[in-house]
Order: sequence, then C-alpha cells, then structure tokens
Amino acid sequence: MQTLAQSEKLAAAPSLGSRFLRDAIGIAAIIVAGIAGYFLFPDNLALLTRVIAVGLLVLSIDLITGYCGVATLGQAALFGAGAYAAGIACVNGVTEPLTLILIGAIAGAAAGLLMGTIMLRAHGLAQLVLSIAIVQLFHEAANKASAYTGGSDGLAGLMLSPLFGMFEFDLWGQTAYLFGLALLVVVFVVLKFVVASPFGMLCRGIKEDPVRIGAMGAFVFPVLLKMFVISGAVAGMGGALAAISTQVVGLDSVSFELSANALVMLVLGGLGSLYGALIGTVIFMGFEHVVSAINPFHWMTMVGALLIAVVLALPGGLSSIADAILPSRGRTRGGKA
Amino acid sequence: MSDLFRVEGLTKSFGGLAVSRDISLSMPEGERLALIGPNGAGKTTFVNLVTGQLAPSAGRVILNGEDVTGLGAVRRVRKGLVRTFQVTRLFSDMTPEEHVTLTVLQREGKASRLLGRFHGNSQVSGEVESILATLGLIEVARRKVREIAYGQQRLLEIAIALALRPKVLLLDEPAAGVPSSDTPRIEQALERLPPSLAVLMIEHDMDLVFRFAKRVVVLAAGEIIFEGLPSEVAADPKVREAYLGSYANARSVA
Repeated sequence: MQTLAQSEKLAAAPSLGSRFLRDAIGIAAIIVAGIAGYFLFPDNLALLTRVIAVGLLVLSIDLITGYCGVATLGQAALFGAGAYAAGIACVNGVTEPLTLILIGAIAGAAAGLLMGTIMLRAHGLAQLVLSIAIVQLFHEAANKASAYTGGSDGLAGLMLSPLFGMFEFDLWGQTAYLFGLALLVVVFVVLKFVVASPFGMLCRGIKEDPVRIGAMGAFVFPVLLKMFVISGAVAGMGGALAAISTQVVGLDSVSFELSANALVMLVLGGLGSLYGALIGTVIFMGFEHVVSAINPFHWMTMVGALLIAVVLALPGGLSSIADAILPSRGRTRGGKA
Repeated sequence: MSDLFRVEGLTKSFGGLAVSRDISLSMPEGERLALIGPNGAGKTTFVNLVTGQLAPSAGRVILNGEDVTGLGAVRRVRKGLVRTFQVTRLFSDMTPEEHVTLTVLQREGKASRLLGRFHGNSQVSGEVESILATLGLIEVARRKVREIAYGQQRLLEIAIALALRPKVLLLDEPAAGVPSSDTPRIEQALERLPPSLAVLMIEHDMDLVFRFAKRVVVLAAGEIIFEGLPSEVAADPKVREAYLGSYANARSVA
C-alpha cells in the first residue's frame, strides 16, 4: 500500500514576491519605453499617442479573448462608443480631459454591457458573426446620426481645456502623449490586479472549460458579462484618448477594419498576458508606419507576411519569446515587455 | 420520507429511444451506493439527469425534501448535489491548489471578486491545504495539472467535489483509466469520504464496488433490474442475463 500524504503541509507560497517583482519590472519597462519614445521620436508623437489609444483597444480584446476565450471582431464598437461620447461631450462644452476620459469609459462600459448581453447568447462562430454585426450596426448608427456625430465628415472642432488647468494640448502633441502614457500605465496596473484577482482566475477557468466551472457551482454568464463591461471601459478610454489627441472623431473609429486589425495585433503579440497586447500593437503599428513609407503600394502585403511568419514560428505570439528567454517565469502567463 | 435524496420515475427519451426508464431510488445520509450495469445501460445519462446537465422527460429529483427538478445544474451544485466526471474535466494550466482554491472561493461566494489577489489568500488556504492533504495531493499541489499522473487528476476531481461541501456526491467512474497500481489510492480516498455524505458511485471495477458499496443498483437498457446487497448481485439471474447478453451482443458486433 502506498503511503498517502507523506506531507500534510503546503510550503509557504513561494512565488508571491517574485510575481510582484516581475509585474513591477514589466510596468517599469512600459514607462521606460514610453519615455524613450517621447525623446526618440519627437516628431511622431501623434502617431505614438495613436499607438497608445489602439493599445488600450487591444488590451480590451485581450480581456475577453485572451482571458475568457470569447473571440470578437467587433471591439471597435466599444472604442467608437467611447470616442463619440467624449467627442460629443466636448463639442457640448465638457472640455476637461480627465472628465472626457471618464465619459469615454462609461460609454464604453455601457456599450460593453449591451454587446456582451447580445454576444453571450451565442457560441463559437455565431458569436463571432454577432460581433461583426454589432460593429456594423454601430458604424451605421454613427453614420446616420450625423446631426450628433458629423456622419461621414467626422466630428470636428473639439476644443480642450488645459490638463489640470496647466498643460495646454499643444500642436506637437506632447501633452496628449504624456497624458496618454500616464493613462495607459494606470489602466495597465489596474488590469494586472483584475487578472490576478479571484475573478481573473474564474475567467481563465471559463476559457478552458465552462462545464467544469458550472460543476463548481459558478454561473458563467454574469462573469463573462462583467468582463465585457470592464473591457468596454478600457476600449472606451482608448476611444476617448484618440478623440482628445486628434481632436476629431471619424467613422473609422467604429469600423470593422479597426476591430479586425486590433485582433490581429493581439494575435501577433500573444493572448492572455496583457504584455502581448502592447507588444503586438507597437510592432504592428510601427511596422505599418515604416513599411508604408518605404513602399506605399505593397505595405499591406508585408504586414501579411510578417503575421504569417509570426503565427507559424511563434504560435504563442511575440510575447512568447520572453517565455523562452526567461525559463524561470513560473506559473503565471504574464511575460516581460 | 427522511431520505436525503430521492429520484422518482426519472425518464429520458431522445426521440423514440428511451435511455432512462422510470428510475426510482432513494439514498439516506451516509449511503454508499454503487450503480453498475453493462456499457450503454444509461448510467452516465442518469447522472446527467440527476445533476441537471440533461432535462428529464418525466420524473422528479428531490434533495432534502425539496423538488430540484426545475433547477439548473449550477443551482443544484449550490444546494449540495455534486458530481465528478468520468473523463476528468480539469484546467490543464492550473495547479491542484488553484483548482481547490477557486472552488472554495466559489462556495464562499467570493470567486467573482475583483479585489484581493487570488494567490496567497490566507482566508481559504488552511482549508485548501487540508482538502489536498486528505487526498494526498500536497506533493503535487503546485504542479500544473497536465504534468501530474492521471490517478492524481482523478483524486483532484474528488478534491474539487469535496471542496463544495456536498450533501450528495455522484462519482462517475472514479477509477476509470487509472493504472491498477494507483487504484489503492483512489480506494483510500473513497474510504475517507465524510461519513454523513450520501455517495452514489458508478464503477466497472467490481472489486472496488464490493469493498465500497453497502448497496448495489444494476441498470440495464435504462431500467433498474436489481437493487440489493453486493453479496446478492452476482447470483441474480436477471443481472447475469444482462451482462452475458451484452457481452454476447458485443461479440457478434465485433
């Protein structure tokens, strides 16, 4: 007879400190990369701010696709909801930037609630098709409601008050960029807490086997809906940041194309680690910027080739390189930036 | 009428095919019941009907005097009707400790909290540790499930079920697929189940059935054909016919 329970006690949780340290290093890396971008590319700050806004969108997809296993090709509906909400509020006299970000978050969360309620009725392919249908409906609604949104001309003339009453949104986009970077870091830290919480673990379980989660006595739908709301808030803040930094909101911010590109960026960077979302966004948009300047006619082909190469060589996305370099990363799926 | 758990006239048909026919049985506290029967007898269907994964065509499921037939699977779990799976359903990237922690947090209604960290949650770690220790899983508590032996995965299935503090536990072939060298560990785990718990076990390993069960129910073609003591089951002519018949059929098909 085998001896049962040779040991009756668990060792003290060993990785808590190292886990914290790893996240601290990762977040420090984001800040350093962001500040380096500010000094290295002073003429491209508008693009870099756009990268941050889209990065928030890609993070929001990672929450529901990477952590919950719900694929979506309509996430720009939530981004666009935030962008238009902030834009319309701004045109109507709400010009304080932080308030506009908050408005974007609330609008995105509300849109996430709606989108989740609809999408979670279906599964698999039908769910994906629903997500496309929703973003197309949002797009059409924004197009038709031109009295509020400017329709296909876009919503222009956003005039912002200085940040904290001190920092004007300048022509070079310095204020907008640093504001965006600070927003990204805050959101990223909050999301790290979200995915490390019991709720985050429950989502990971649902991704792998919803039947098992049900047999553990947990309802799946409210958990996923909650994540849709959080995801919507993040995407909405991305949209609001885009509106603030460009001072115009166009129909492209609520398009299928943006949704699909954002999903591609996530796959490129790697799902389910948060870092992958940012790495994928930076690489995709950076590559797009450089290659489209070199060859304006065939750049999409090059982007396609890059994507195929990454997916074939690194099925876990670019962030999985970190897994190979850092073998002692332990159990969490978070990688270093 | 003081039975903890009762099933009355449970019937399930898919189209014209009845896979469960008028099944009635009851279990008092502390019951150790084995449900056996040839392949295709409808044993797993019965578990699915009882736990709410399938809706019955007719009949009732009663737990603690309350009719739970209209409740979904999740609500039945919360009322204490808990199952394990014939083929393990575990999260391959998570550790046993994480599985049990998640289950305990869920039972306490804390699993969907956004505040607080999942790991190192000192409020539940003591209970998690004692559950893992009961099942001899401390050694592998921090290894990913896909890296641990299948027998240990089966034990983890039981650990998760116990973490829910069930009143009625349905074990769907707890020793299926486990190498014979590991079956003593499963058996030991079964012996250590809380005495007041009512347990229904589906199992093919007859040695295990005889050692574990106080009572045996035989299911064939969706019907109960025998109910009685383990010592009587082998001698029952209907049971012999059901098993021999199914083997004869199996041979003619093969």
